[in-house]
Amino acid sequence: MNEFPRWKYVLVVVALILGVLYALPNIYPKEPAVQVSPGRGVVIDTALKEKTQGLLETQKIAFKSIEIEGERLLIRLSSGEQQTLAADALRDGLGDKYTVALNLASTVPHWLNVIYAKSMPLGLDLQGGVHFLMEVDQKAVLEAKEIQYVEEIRAIAKDKKIPGINASRSAQGGLSVITRSADNRDQLAAEIRRLLPELLVSNAAATGEAFALGVRISETKLREIATETIRQNVATLRSRISALGEPVITQQGTSRIVVELPGVQDTAQAKILLGATASLEWHAVDQSIDPNVAVSSGNIPPDSRIVLWRDTNAPVLIKKKIIVQGDDLVSAAAIPDQQSGTPAVSMKLNPKGGQRMLDFTIQSVGKPMAVLYTEHIPELKIVDGKEVRSSRVKEEVISVANIQGVFGPQFQTTGLGSMKEASQLAMLLSAGSLAAPMQIVEERVIGPSLGADNIGKGVWAVILAVILVVLFVGLYYKLFGLIADVGLLLNLVLLVAILSIFGATLTLPGIAGIVLTLGMAIDANVLICERIREELRNGSTPMAAISRGYDRAWATILDANVTHLIAAFGLMAFGSGAIKGFAITLAIGIVTSMFTSVMVTHVLVGLVFGNRRVKSLSV
Amino acid sequence: MELFKSSTNFDFMAWRVPSLIISAILCVASLGIVFIHGLDYGLDFEGGALVEVKYKESAEIADIRASLEGAGFKNAVVQALGTTTEYAIRIKPHDGEGAAPAPAADAGKAAQSKEGEAAAKESEAAASESVAKAATDKIAKEVLAALQKNRADVSIKRSEFVGASVGEELRSQGLVAVLFVILGIMVYLWIRFEWRFAVAAVASEIHDTLITVGIFALTGREFDLPALAAVLSVVGYSINDKVVVFDRVREIFRASRKDVPYDVLNRSINSTMSRTIMTGLTTGLAVGTLYFVGGPALENFGLIMLIGIAVGTLSSVFFANPILLYLGVSKQDLMAMTKEDPELARRP
Repeated sequence: MNEFPRWKYVLVVVALILGVLYALPNIYPKEPAVQVSPGRGVVIDTALKEKTQGLLETQKIAFKSIEIEGERLLIRLSSGEQQTLAADALRDGLGDKYTVALNLASTVPHWLNVIYAKSMPLGLDLQGGVHFLMEVDQKAVLEAKEIQYVEEIRAIAKDKKIPGINASRSAQGGLSVITRSADNRDQLAAEIRRLLPELLVSNAAATGEAFALGVRISETKLREIATETIRQNVATLRSRISALGEPVITQQGTSRIVVELPGVQDTAQAKILLGATASLEWHAVDQSIDPNVAVSSGNIPPDSRIVLWRDTNAPVLIKKKIIVQGDDLVSAAAIPDQQSGTPAVSMKLNPKGGQRMLDFTIQSVGKPMAVLYTEHIPELKIVDGKEVRSSRVKEEVISVANIQGVFGPQFQTTGLGSMKEASQLAMLLSAGSLAAPMQIVEERVIGPSLGADNIGKGVWAVILAVILVVLFVGLYYKLFGLIADVGLLLNLVLLVAILSIFGATLTLPGIAGIVLTLGMAIDANVLICERIREELRNGSTPMAAISRGYDRAWATILDANVTHLIAAFGLMAFGSGAIKGFAITLAIGIVTSMFTSVMVTHVLVGLVFGNRRVKSLSV
Repeated sequence: MELFKSSTNFDFMAWRVPSLIISAILCVASLGIVFIHGLDYGLDFEGGALVEVKYKESAEIADIRASLEGAGFKNAVVQALGTTTEYAIRIKPHDGEGAAPAPAADAGKAAQSKEGEAAAKESEAAASESVAKAATDKIAKEVLAALQKNRADVSIKRSEFVGASVGEELRSQGLVAVLFVILGIMVYLWIRFEWRFAVAAVASEIHDTLITVGIFALTGREFDLPALAAVLSVVGYSINDKVVVFDRVREIFRASRKDVPYDVLNRSINSTMSRTIMTGLTTGLAVGTLYFVGGPALENFGLIMLIGIAVGTLSSVFFANPILLYLGVSKQDLMAMTKEDPELARRP
């Protein structure tokens, strides 16, 4: 009665092998390294290798190896301190022509890389990462807001039948509204004060027929706009990069955002991961004149402008008016087109953007529409010996597509060359969905937020906790305890393997979560062993006791774990960042523990006892 | 070896009146502590000051931590900034300073007239900004003083206020998550057991979480992200514990001919007691090690779990089951459910 079909044995063995294989990379620690990549006009060669070696030897910095790996020189070192020392020495010694960056070199053997087994990256608390300081372009937001107010004032005038007003943004900031008479001016001023109380309205100079109003956005509203913008950008960044391990995103001061990404020490790579700090706009394409002709003749319609294609640099003539902006985009994903099966990108706008898109497409079926991608690239110049920060604006058209029909918030763009192109466009689109453009003003590598001694204590506590639990269970339930211990250790291996496959970031609280999961996973074995003891007390034969013990404990284990799993799923669905990571660990742990504590131990018990007739059980 | 004699038969239910009264008092007291005394939220939740310092010669990160601790900044986060001469220090204001913007807010409320209100709002916002800046500058000065005691070649590169790393969206999402979890557990227990079990489980869930957080608040420790994770784990542990006892209640009700709820509940508690203690001990052993050996990074997690395991175990016996009794659990209610899917009760 304690024998199983062969597939159960096979399943346990396969799980064991896969678990060990995919958990294995974690025992190979990453090595601190310094990476030297070539700038313009220089190459990485053996001469450079020898020069680097000489520099390090004169500075008495011990290193493990210097190797040329592709386009870069990788120097492996034994400690993080040596790493920073070496990087400082090489930055001074090699000069500006080479980029010297800190990196972490993998020591995982090649055969594990082949099966895509990789180690879990360590979190900010254990290893540090990259730190980006990003500045939000509040000016751009203010401009957009002022344009919106101009529209609203025009609408008010139209609504109240105040004729012949001229509203625009004035060059010195603020809005200027010109009416035809003093009465009109006063009436409009009163309406604006009533309907838009956040605006400060004052009378400006009146000349002849023109009675002007000066309109400013109040300080409170300005501050509110700024706060709201930065809050939105932080929220967007959080949702966009929470997939990247466990980043920390905080607001700093009034217009800056700090993004810290764990593990990645190579800032160039991190920037790609962070996505472009860009914004998006949808424009109608102006077809009244050929763009090449417009460029060569200089004859560009006043409400249009020329922008260039991303790859080919071919000109595109677009209307200045913005249909929808990046912050209206809810999501973008690459999918195969449902009718033709060709690659497509499906996009979803918020209700506001959807309404505007609907209004636009009703009038423009069959006409092309362009997506404009605006990126701010920070530049550092030395003027009179001082560092001057500025930014260059790069505008590119990333997609032009014909409007096939009237649509609202949900639409897709087809006609892309490949699925890869589609996913790239989707990535660019979702990267651009910020409320305001941002630029990276500072980037640096940061060390771990926990001290080395605290990390040491934490790791020691975790190991000790596992040992104590294993010993306690083994002593208390004897043979069945030892079998439970085997299940427990297999559970640890499986949990680590699955987390590694998912690429979860390992933080100290995360490790604590793993320990807790193990401590609680023993509960299933406790339930089984207690049941077996009960059955024995009630006079069952040993083999019947085992069988009924597992049988009756299973209902309890199932109920207890399903309710626990509901709790984990709740946290997973609604939590973000660290809490989400914790919940994922918990959920995976619950599932693996059901497998190891019940099935694996039962199979082991079956192997140990077989169909022997035993007189007593060691439980 | 047995920790709990299988033949024992304590009359736990006889304690139901005093135990429920004690539970009620503890709940009210915890509510009081959490809302009046409040939790000491850490940097993760409240933000603080970021001070970047620069040394002329390279400095040891351990020395910087020691200097700051010597000056009373206990939970300062120190990180190297790419080199051995520049460091970022994140620090929470000392108690009292964090609450500095409050008077400005009161001034805003005092202004009654409509126009006055707008003006007061502006000045309030401006005031809280300048107060935050002043607090940051003050911390920066204190940090500099603390560091200069040991090394004179240190200077401040920049000091700024940093926001919370746990956004407001997490706070609101957290509430939704908790409601979702409660609802999900209720529905599941309702289907698998009966509505009385669902109500008793969720009531004890809230009871356990509240008392755990209350006791933690009393310790005056800082509530950080690991602490939040621990509170959420307590929820998981506690529900696990309740379900095991409930499962036995259901089983005994269905198996026995006489159905005096009082006796059935007592027998259920007694026959699962051995398991309750054993699981409490193994889990407690794991998290206790984290608390006693794990150092500052894991202390909070371990402590909250220890409190939670104790509270959760006691409440399975003294809170959840008395509630079940008062809700009027009976054999008939459970028998009606026996035609459920037999697949679920099968072994794997």
